[in-house]
Amino acid sequence: MEERLLLHQPREPAELLLRDVHVLDPRERIDARHDVRVRGGQIAELGPAETLHPDEGEELIDGQGRCRLLPAFFDPHVHLRTPGQEHKEDLRTGTRAAAAGGFAAVVAMPNTEPVLDSAPLLRSLRDTAAREACVPVGFLGAITRGLEGEQLTEMAELRELGALGFSDDGHAVQSAGTLLKAMRYQRLCGGLLALHEEDRTLSREGSMHEGAVSAALGLRGVPTVAESTMVARDAALAGYENARVHFQHLSCSESVAAIAEAKARGWKVSAEVTPHHLLLTEEDVRGLDTRVKMYPPLATDTDRRALLDGLRAGSLDCIASDHAPHAREEKEVPFEQAPPGTTGLETAFAALHTDLVRTGALELGLLVERMTAGAELFGLPTPLIAPGHAANLTLVDLDAEWIAGEHGWESRSANCCFAGRVLKGRVLMTVAAGTVAHRERALAAVAA
Amino acid sequence: MSMGHLLSIEDLDREAIERIVTRAASFAGVSEREIKKVPALRGRIVLNLFYEASTRTRSSFELAAKRLSADVVNLAAGGSSVEKGESLKDTVLTLSAHKPDVIVLRTPWSGSAALVASWSPAAIVNAGDGKHEHPTQALLDVYTLRERLGGIDGASIWIVGDVAHSRVARSNIIAFQRMGATVTLAGPPTLIPRGIEALGCDVRFTLQELDSADVVYALRMQHERMSETLVPSLREYASWYQINGRRLRPRQVLMHPGPVNRGVELSGEVVDSPQAVITAQVEAGVVVRMAVLYELLASAREAEPAFGRPEAAVTEPARVQAGTPAPTEGARSAGADHARARQTGPLLGRHLPPGALPV
Repeated sequence: MEERLLLHQPREPAELLLRDVHVLDPRERIDARHDVRVRGGQIAELGPAETLHPDEGEELIDGQGRCRLLPAFFDPHVHLRTPGQEHKEDLRTGTRAAAAGGFAAVVAMPNTEPVLDSAPLLRSLRDTAAREACVPVGFLGAITRGLEGEQLTEMAELRELGALGFSDDGHAVQSAGTLLKAMRYQRLCGGLLALHEEDRTLSREGSMHEGAVSAALGLRGVPTVAESTMVARDAALAGYENARVHFQHLSCSESVAAIAEAKARGWKVSAEVTPHHLLLTEEDVRGLDTRVKMYPPLATDTDRRALLDGLRAGSLDCIASDHAPHAREEKEVPFEQAPPGTTGLETAFAALHTDLVRTGALELGLLVERMTAGAELFGLPTPLIAPGHAANLTLVDLDAEWIAGEHGWESRSANCCFAGRVLKGRVLMTVAAGTVAHRERALAAVAA
Repeated sequence: MSMGHLLSIEDLDREAIERIVTRAASFAGVSEREIKKVPALRGRIVLNLFYEASTRTRSSFELAAKRLSADVVNLAAGGSSVEKGESLKDTVLTLSAHKPDVIVLRTPWSGSAALVASWSPAAIVNAGDGKHEHPTQALLDVYTLRERLGGIDGASIWIVGDVAHSRVARSNIIAFQRMGATVTLAGPPTLIPRGIEALGCDVRFTLQELDSADVVYALRMQHERMSETLVPSLREYASWYQINGRRLRPRQVLMHPGPVNRGVELSGEVVDSPQAVITAQVEAGVVVRMAVLYELLASAREAEPAFGRPEAAVTEPARVQAGTPAPTEGARSAGADHARARQTGPLLGRHLPPGALPV
C-alpha cells in the first residue's frame, strides 16, 4: 500500500504564533482563548491567551480574542474535473478553492474524462497532485470500468497505488449483483465504497424534485424514492456482506430514515449531506436558475429539516460540498439542458454558519465536528488542535460579512448556488498539512 | 423600445387579461374587412423564433403581426445556425443585432422565454416553453369563452387528459382561475403531475362527475406517451377519458388546443358538434395575438401601463426610451446581463439576490 494517501505540493512548513485566538475543537473539548504556536508545520504549544511570545522567524497573528481557530475541514466529495475537463476546474484551482473555504483536505471523484478506473491514470493524477495541489488531495477510483455499472475495476491494484476508496458517483450502480461483487471484493482490497444513490428507472430524465414546484413548472420530476429505495437496498447488501459503505449527498427524509435504521442494525454505513441540501429547497428552483440544478435535486422543506435533524442526531456523519464546477457556457442554457451541480468549497462553512449556526439551528461546535468528520471515514487522521499534531487549522472571523462571489472565485467556475448571498463568517487563513494554504487578503489588517 | 414581455400568464392580473381580451375584440373587425390590415405597427419587426414544429401558433403570430402592418421574419431551428451547434444565447444575441421589436419564441425547454428576455433588448413573447407555459393560448381561450358565454366568472371548467405534458394546461389553470372560474383536472394518474393541486385546482381520475362542468377542455393525447407506458393503450385511454356523445352534455362547451386526435381524446361527433368551439379558438388566436403585440409595442406610447412585469419597465430605463442609441455588440450582452441582474424577476431565485452573476 502506498504510504501517502493524500498528496499536495511541497511547501515551507508554517512557523506561526496565533495569539489570543478563540480555539474551538469539539473533540479536544477546547472552547476558549489561547495562544497557539506552530513550529515546523506542527502544533508545538497551546498556552493561555497572551502568554506566548513569538520566536525568531515566526509570523505573529493576533486574533484579539475574536477570531476562531478551528480544526481544518475535510471534504469527502469534490469534483476536480481533472483529467479531461480542465476548462471547469483543475487540481490547482480546485484545491485553492478548498483552501479558501477552510478545507485542509479533499477527496476527488473519479467521473473524469477518461474515468479514473485504471492504475496508470491514478499514478499520473497523483503525480500531478504532488506538484499542483494546494491542499492534500485523495482520489477515489471508479467501482466499475468507465462508470458503466458492469465490470469491476482493478480495485486491488488501484488500492495499492493509493486510491482512498471507490465510487461510481453520478452513475449509481444500478445492478445489485454488481454492487454485491464490489462489496465482496472489498474484503481483499479494503477502501470505502462511496455510493451515489439513484434508481434510474425512477429518476429517468427528471431535472428537479418531483412535487408542487415541478408540477407548476412543467419539469419532469425526480421522486425522492429514486434515492431512498437504493439507500435501503444497498444498506441491506452492506449488512449482508458486512461491507463498509458510505452514502453520498443524501437529499430526503426517507433516506435519513433508511440510514438511521441501517445504523441501528449495526451495519457499517455512513452518510454525508451537502450545504445546499441543508439550506435550499425546491422553492429555490422556481426561478429556474441553472445554479440550483443539482443531483440529487433540492427537495421539500420537510426533507431539508429531516436532513438537519439527521445531521444533529448523527445519522448523517459529515458534510460534503459536492463541489461540482461547470463552465459559464455550459450553465448558460435552459434549465433542462444544464448539467447538474454547484460549486461549494468556498461557501460551505460561511453558508452553514450564516443560516444554521447564527439562527440557532445548529451549534458551532457540532458544525465543526461534522465538517471534519469525513477524514475518519476514509481511515485518515482527524485534524486535532493539540500539541504534537500536524497543523491543520482554519482561522475564521465569524462576524465578517461578505457577498459570495463579490470578488470572484478561486475556483475556475462560478456556478455557485449561494452566489450573491450575504454571508457571515469568513475564512482568514487555512493551514493544511503544516503549510499555509490560504491567507485572506484582509488578514494583515485583522492581525495589526 | 418595449415596456415588457409576455413570459408567463402568472405576470398578468385579471385586469390585464381583460384589457387584452377587450382589445382583441376590437381587432375582430379587421379580419372581416376586404383589406385585412391596420397600420398600428408599421415599421416594427416581429421575429418568430421556433425551435419546435408549430403550424397554428406560428401562422397565427405571423398573421397577427402582418395585420398590424409589422414586418415579420420567421426562423425555424431546422436549417438555421442552430443546426450548426450555435447556442440559444448566441442565436438570440445574433438575431437581436437586427433589432427586432418583438421575438416570439417557441422552444422545448421550460423557462427559456425568461432566459431569452435576459439576453435580448426585444420584447419577448412566450409562444410555448417546454411543458411550462403557453400564455397566448390561455388568453385566446379566455377570449373564446367570453365570446361564447359572456364571461367565465363562476364557471366550472374541466381540463381533461395529459396534463403532465401540457403547457396549455398549466397556463390555462392559472388564467381560468384568475378570471373567476373553478378548474378541475381529470386524467389518468400517470398523466396528472404529483403536486399539481398546489395550483388551486381539483384533481379527479375519472369523468364520473363531468356533468358538473360548464366547459370541457380536452388535451391532446400524444402517441409517444404509449411508448413511455404512461397509459397501457390508446384504447383503454379512450374508453376512460374520451369526450364523446355519451359524456358531453348539450349545455357544455367543448374546447381543445389542437391538433385533435379524432377517436382518441375526442370522438368525431363531438368535434363536429355545435358545442365545440375549436375553430373559434383558432380564429381567436389571431386577434388575441394582435392585441398582445399591440400591447407590447403600440400601447407603450400611450400613458397606460403595459402588462408584463411592470418592474422591468421601471428598472430598465434604457429599454423604455425610444431612440436610445444602440449599444455596441459587446456592450449589449453586458448590458443585457446587467439588466437581468437588476431584475428580481423569475430568473433569480429567492436566495439569489440582484447582483448575482448570471451563469
